[in-house]
Amino acid sequence: MDKSSYSDYVKKKAKKSPIARDCIFAFIIGGAICTLGHSLRQLYTYLTGDEEITSSLVCTTLIFLSVLLTGLGIYDKIASKAGAGTIVPITGFANAVSSAAIDNKSEGYVLGVGAKMFIIAGPVIVFGMLSGAIYGVIYYITSLFA
Amino acid sequence: MNNGVIKFLQEPKIMSTYSCVGSEEKKGPLGMLFNYYSEDNKFGKETWEKSESEMQRIALFGAMQNAGIKDTGLDILLAGDLLNQCVGSSFGLSDYDIPYVGLYGACSTCALGLALGACLISGGMAERVGTVTSSHFCSSERQFRFPLEYGGQRPPTAQWTVTGAGAFILGNQGRVSIPEAVFGKIKDMGIKDVNNMGAAMAPSCVETIKTYFRETDHSPEDFDMIITGDLGYEGSEILKELLLSEGIDIRENHTDCGLLIYDMEAQDKHAGGSGCGCSASVISAHILKRLEACELQDVLFIGTGALMNSLTVCQGNSIPAISHLVRLKTEV
Repeated sequence: MDKSSYSDYVKKKAKKSPIARDCIFAFIIGGAICTLGHSLRQLYTYLTGDEEITSSLVCTTLIFLSVLLTGLGIYDKIASKAGAGTIVPITGFANAVSSAAIDNKSEGYVLGVGAKMFIIAGPVIVFGMLSGAIYGVIYYITSLFA
Repeated sequence: MNNGVIKFLQEPKIMSTYSCVGSEEKKGPLGMLFNYYSEDNKFGKETWEKSESEMQRIALFGAMQNAGIKDTGLDILLAGDLLNQCVGSSFGLSDYDIPYVGLYGACSTCALGLALGACLISGGMAERVGTVTSSHFCSSERQFRFPLEYGGQRPPTAQWTVTGAGAFILGNQGRVSIPEAVFGKIKDMGIKDVNNMGAAMAPSCVETIKTYFRETDHSPEDFDMIITGDLGYEGSEILKELLLSEGIDIRENHTDCGLLIYDMEAQDKHAGGSGCGCSASVISAHILKRLEACELQDVLFIGTGALMNSLTVCQGNSIPAISHLVRLKTEV
C-alpha cells in the first residue's frame, strides 16, 4: 500500500466525531454563557444606567468567572463536552491565557508565566490587530471617495 | 546476518519488576495490580517533570528490592522517557551509582530497553541490567499538546498519555525469559495527524511482526498473546487488517496495552492509553505476573513508538514510527 492509499484508508477507518451531539452541547452551553452575559448586561444597565461601563463590566465578569473555573480545574471539563460552545465566547480566550499562565508557573514568573502566557492566545491577538489595521486602511480609502 | 530476528543463545531472564502509576491508571481495570500509585499524580514533587523522574526512581528502587540486589549489583541501567533530552530518566536515576545509558524510542522504549538489555546479558557483557521506562500525562501534555487546564475537545482517535513507569531487572535467574527480539525499522506512511498516532504507528508494527514470522518457524497461534504497546483502538484495528491482508491472522490473540489500562467508556479515554509508561506498567504489572503464574506461557510483546516532536509536527512533517519486538516465555 502506498502512502496516499494508506492515508485514504486511515481516513475512512477513523472514528468520526459525534457532530450532532457536539453541536447540541455547544449550542446549549455556548448559549448559556451568552444568556449569562446578557443577563449581566441587563443587571449592570439597571444598576449603572451607563452603556459603556456596562459593556466593560460584563466582559470583566465573564473573564473573571472563566479564569476562576480554569484555576479550579472545572473549565476544561466543561469544555471537553461543550467544544466550540466554550471556545468561541470571551470565556474561551480567558481560559487560553490563564491555563497557559498556570501551566508555565513552574518555570518562574518571567520565563514561564510572562513568556508563555500568550502561547495559545498570541496568534489571536496578532492577527486580530493585523486585520484591524487592514480594515482601518480600507475604511480610510473608502471614506476618501464617500 | 540474523535476518532481523535475534535469537539469544544464553536466554536472559527477567529477575524482577516493579510498576508505579497515577490515579487515573489506578482507577482502571488493572488498578489493583500496580505496585505503587500516587493519588495526586505528583509523587510528592512540585513539578510534573520531577514527578515523572520520581516515578522512575521509585520503579527502579522497587524492582531492585524485589530482586534482592543493591546499587552495586547492577552492571548497567537502560532508561528512557518522552521528555526532551530524556530528563525524566537522567534526573530520576542520578542518585543511583550505576553506569547509565539513556534511550529514546518514544513509546517503544520499554521493548527497546528489554531487547538491548537481553543483548548485553546474552553477549556476556553484563550479568544484571536494569531497564526503566516512564511517561507522565501532565509532563507530556505540556510538551506535546496544550496546557493542562486548556478547554479543548479531543477527537475520538486521540489517545491519553499514561502516567506510569515500569522497571525490570534482567539477569540469569527468573521464571520468564527473553529468547528472541527484533529491532524494528523506521516506517513513515505519511500520517500527519497527531490525534491519530495509532494509524501512524500501525505500519511499523506490521513490518516488525511480518519480519518475525517470516524469519522464524512460528505462526500466530503458537502464542498465548500478541500484545502491542499503545496502538489504541484505531491502530489495533488497522494492524489486524493489514496483517490479515498479508496472510497473518492475529485477531484471536492480539491485545494492546493501551486498550487494557483504562475503562474506555467510564473513563472517557477515546482510543485508549499511550506513552512509554503504558506498555512498561502493563507488561510489568499484568503480563509478567500472568507469565510467572503460568496463566500465559509464550507472549510476543511489540512496543510501538511515534518518532516525531512538537517542532516537526508544526512544520507539517509526517510521523515516522518504529516497533521493537521481544518474546517473553515462561520456563515450565
